[in-house]
Amino acid sequence: MIHFVLLISRQGKVRLTKWYSTYSQKERTKVIRELSGVILTRGPKLCNFVEWRGLKVVYKRYASLYFCMCIDPDGNELEILEIIHHYVEVLDRYFGSVIELTSLIICRKAYYILDEILISGELQEPGKRTIVRAVAAQDSLVETVKEQTGSISTIIAQASK
Amino acid sequence: MGSQGGFYQSKEFLDLVKSIGEARSKAEEDRIVLGEIDTLKRRISEPDIPKRKMKEYIIRLVYVEMLGHDASFGYIHAVKMTHDDSLLVKRTGYLAVTLFLNEDHDLIILIVNTIQKDLKSDNYLVVCAALNAVCKLINEETIPAVLPQVVELLAHPKEAVRKKAIMALHRFYQKSPSSVSHLVSNFRKRLCDNDPGVMGATLCPLFDLITIDVNSYKDLVISFVSILKQVAERRLPKAYDYHQMPAPFIQIKLLKILALLGSGDKQASENMYTVVGDIFRKCDSSSNIGNAVLYECICCVSSIYPNPKLLESAADAISRFLKSDSHNLRYMGIDALGRLIKISPEIAEQHQLAVIDCLEDPDDTLKRKTFELLYKMTKSTNVEVIVDRMIDYTISINDNHYKTEIASRCVELAEQFAPSNQWFIQTMNKVFEHAGDLVNIKVAHNLMRLIAEGFGEDDDTADSQLRSSAVDSYLHILGEPKLPSVFLQVICWVLGEYGTADGKYSASFITGKLCDVAEAYSNDETVKAYAVTALMKIYAFEIAAGRKVDMLPECQSLMEEFLASHSTDLQQRAYELQAVIGLDAHAVESIMPSDASCEDIEVDKALSFLNGYIQDSIEKGAQPYIPESERSGMLNISKFRNQDHHEASSHGLRFEAYELPKQTVQSRIPPASLASTELVPVPEPMYVSESYPTTTVSSASSDAGSTELKLRLDGVQKKWGRQTHSPATSTSSTTSQKTVNGITQVDGSNTSNSRTRETYESRKQQVEITPEKQKLAASLFGGSSKTEKKPATGHKISKSSSYMVEKSHVPKSSMEIASEKKAPIQQPPDLLDFGEPTVQSNAPSVDPFKELEGLLEPTTEVAAAKNHSSTAAATKSPDIMGLYTETPAGIHNKDDGDILSGLSNPPGTHMLGGTTRTQVAQSSKGPNLKDSLQKDALVRQMGVTPSSPNPILFKDLLG
Repeated sequence: MIHFVLLISRQGKVRLTKWYSTYSQKERTKVIRELSGVILTRGPKLCNFVEWRGLKVVYKRYASLYFCMCIDPDGNELEILEIIHHYVEVLDRYFGSVIELTSLIICRKAYYILDEILISGELQEPGKRTIVRAVAAQDSLVETVKEQTGSISTIIAQASK
Repeated sequence: MGSQGGFYQSKEFLDLVKSIGEARSKAEEDRIVLGEIDTLKRRISEPDIPKRKMKEYIIRLVYVEMLGHDASFGYIHAVKMTHDDSLLVKRTGYLAVTLFLNEDHDLIILIVNTIQKDLKSDNYLVVCAALNAVCKLINEETIPAVLPQVVELLAHPKEAVRKKAIMALHRFYQKSPSSVSHLVSNFRKRLCDNDPGVMGATLCPLFDLITIDVNSYKDLVISFVSILKQVAERRLPKAYDYHQMPAPFIQIKLLKILALLGSGDKQASENMYTVVGDIFRKCDSSSNIGNAVLYECICCVSSIYPNPKLLESAADAISRFLKSDSHNLRYMGIDALGRLIKISPEIAEQHQLAVIDCLEDPDDTLKRKTFELLYKMTKSTNVEVIVDRMIDYTISINDNHYKTEIASRCVELAEQFAPSNQWFIQTMNKVFEHAGDLVNIKVAHNLMRLIAEGFGEDDDTADSQLRSSAVDSYLHILGEPKLPSVFLQVICWVLGEYGTADGKYSASFITGKLCDVAEAYSNDETVKAYAVTALMKIYAFEIAAGRKVDMLPECQSLMEEFLASHSTDLQQRAYELQAVIGLDAHAVESIMPSDASCEDIEVDKALSFLNGYIQDSIEKGAQPYIPESERSGMLNISKFRNQDHHEASSHGLRFEAYELPKQTVQSRIPPASLASTELVPVPEPMYVSESYPTTTVSSASSDAGSTELKLRLDGVQKKWGRQTHSPATSTSSTTSQKTVNGITQVDGSNTSNSRTRETYESRKQQVEITPEKQKLAASLFGGSSKTEKKPATGHKISKSSSYMVEKSHVPKSSMEIASEKKAPIQQPPDLLDFGEPTVQSNAPSVDPFKELEGLLEPTTEVAAAKNHSSTAAATKSPDIMGLYTETPAGIHNKDDGDILSGLSNPPGTHMLGGTTRTQVAQSSKGPNLKDSLQKDALVRQMGVTPSSPNPILFKDLLG
């Protein structure tokens, strides 16, 4: 099971967090601080895995963003690495290009997509197309809502075009 | 215009993000965020905020909280948003609450109603959003409120909904297994879903269920194999391909499940061989995902009943991993190697260079993984090298968590494989010195016990020598400035118990040292308490020996201080000491007998000494005692009540509308009956509860108790009651849902408990066996044994040559099987027997590289031995080994025949049980020793190497 997902920038700024196990706000801050200390200082050619408090953290760097997932010690690290990649590919397919700013600003979208991929810490949908379709369905529904003119996503969509 | 307004809002947010991104320091960032929080706090509480603005505020709150600040003032607004009619707003609301709230947050109760409504929505997107929230927010108490609706959704036409419903049920199962235990059949049904996504999702809960109870799912082996086959043959839609691999994530999940199902089950495993072999062949080892699947295959192969061909493929894959340049793959390779050496130890040898490379690698992760591997392959021949390395590493790191882990591993290895008493004591000293505060207190207790009970089973001089050397080293170490508390406790205890035992040190010297300790660590109560008790022992021994006791002045002042101590514990100890000193030799001897720390204290549980008194009372007209189970009258009532109130006790809170009681009843009854048909009812356990209808103390009775107290108190009861449930077992909060159901569940939890106990036991036994491992290696490397490292005691050297070859490579798992089957004969805590360790093998040479080679070497010979299939039949404990005194020490596999024939009729009477052997051990060992030994020898002869305990397999082998 995946305990949490973190997106951290190279400067150690948090971009997205999703907690599947229960952590208090204090613990969360501590976890983020500890992990960004460990992960950001690791050299480029080392393992993408870190053993941490009896759990394992799998991370991968895309551009200036680190995607981290924390799993049980008996998990398959390579699989998690691919789940991260899977997520990035879906983000990529959905947004065009996942540069840091994008994924930051549209963080809400990133959450929605993550929700389609992972649910309660397990991989829910391995099919890329299904995910994109699901997210698109939500978007199209949103289109019909009058509210949407003010939504951030529209702005972003316009801005990123 | 709207977009203008929107843009404006967003710009504010963008600016915030930007300024935080540019913040130079944490303080600057905090300042910005705090300003933002102020703004939000002010604006969010304004009346009549447009929804669109509100939505943005909430998103900004999410952002603030993500940065680690408290945004709890806005939670309620997020909750309000979930009530909104517009999906867009609602979705933002749901997103925010899932991010904000933990499952135990008070506000959740306000969302449950909305979720209930949304789960019934016509729009599947609304349902999906609600299900997402369900997965995150619904807790044990609120499960019943949404359960019926979620179950209904399993048949929803949209696959996205079915998938999420499955995941939600899985989550419920994790939180409270009993709440969905009657729905297990639904998971099986969903396995056949038309949509591969739903099928894939179903594998998650099934994996959990199978982990807990393998045997109920053996019938699914064929289905899983056929699904895996279809997946591997690319029968799934192209959309599931990932980097040209057909649905790799589903393959991995299936392989994990097969590994569980095939573990120790020959028949089930045979069904899997073909498909796993196919996957090995088809996997593309150039892509990462291909390697992920390969790794999972290796895990599967090392878990199921071994198949030579698959093992070969697995070994190939591992060597490819280890030869790779990628650290990730090498890491996985080391991990996989650790799994595989359990069943085929010989493969480690060909990778020795790679392993050493990884150990020397600057990458900490890789290094730690390698230590884990070394830990798994430690034997007496290499224990010194490995433990030394581990200790060096412990000293070099700061990570307390890992330090604790590796220190406890050092201790474990040292306990198992110690080549000599002195080495053992020194190693323990080092561990305590460098990681003393991190080591579990149990380790310290273990060490005390080991020193007290001794290592040698028949040699008292060895034990006393061990103690003297411990005392010597501790007196030496006490000179060091700062010692961890745990270590000091051990030191005090040992000094008290054995400080004066050998007569080398005078009582006044030892007491002086103890007083120093108590003074130097005056703020550590525990250490002081240990010191006082040690002082008491020393004085008591002195008095008992008839010597005159004069208390040192510093000791007297210490006692005065303690007599007035704030700590009642210290005070009491001091008073006791005072009292003991005033007694005569005879009395003191019976209070504090010398060296009696391991004598059993007999407790008369039946209280038979009261019989006379009871007899008297009954004669005088008192009522005789009726045991709870025999008390009549209440039994039927409580049974009836249990049924009557099953519903009430199964929830803490009522979410159903009161007008619709029928619906809930309906939804409950089928499950209950279902459970009762699936499981065998055991009619006993519930009766426990009725004798304490109001107290609800024990976990078993808490639920039944709550039924009698009726609905209103349920929530309260459950809150308290839950504390007593151990989260891992399936002890249910709905035990009393229906008596039959409840009982079967209680039963289930019992079995799972006993299972864990069993595995624990077998692990312990594994530990017990180890001395024999040492000896095989020792004799295999007999030539290299050096005299320089002879233990100072030298007590066993003469014997060492008489020990027969041991089979060090008997894989742990097969031992587990053996031990599970005949637990009785292996009971004695032979872990103490490693005091035998006389045979000195492979004394560490100067070149560290060579040492490491040495550590991998034994496996070659081991492999050879294995191929001969008649491996040196290992005997269970050193006791029996003593019998074969004529067998030369340097024996190799050629001689196995002899050993086996020798073994076939071991004289059962030969028990060298040392003074320390416990009562239990002896009694269980005694009667059928011969018989079981033969059986055991037979098992070992077969060279079976299954990976996990399974009685069926065992029967097969024994015919």
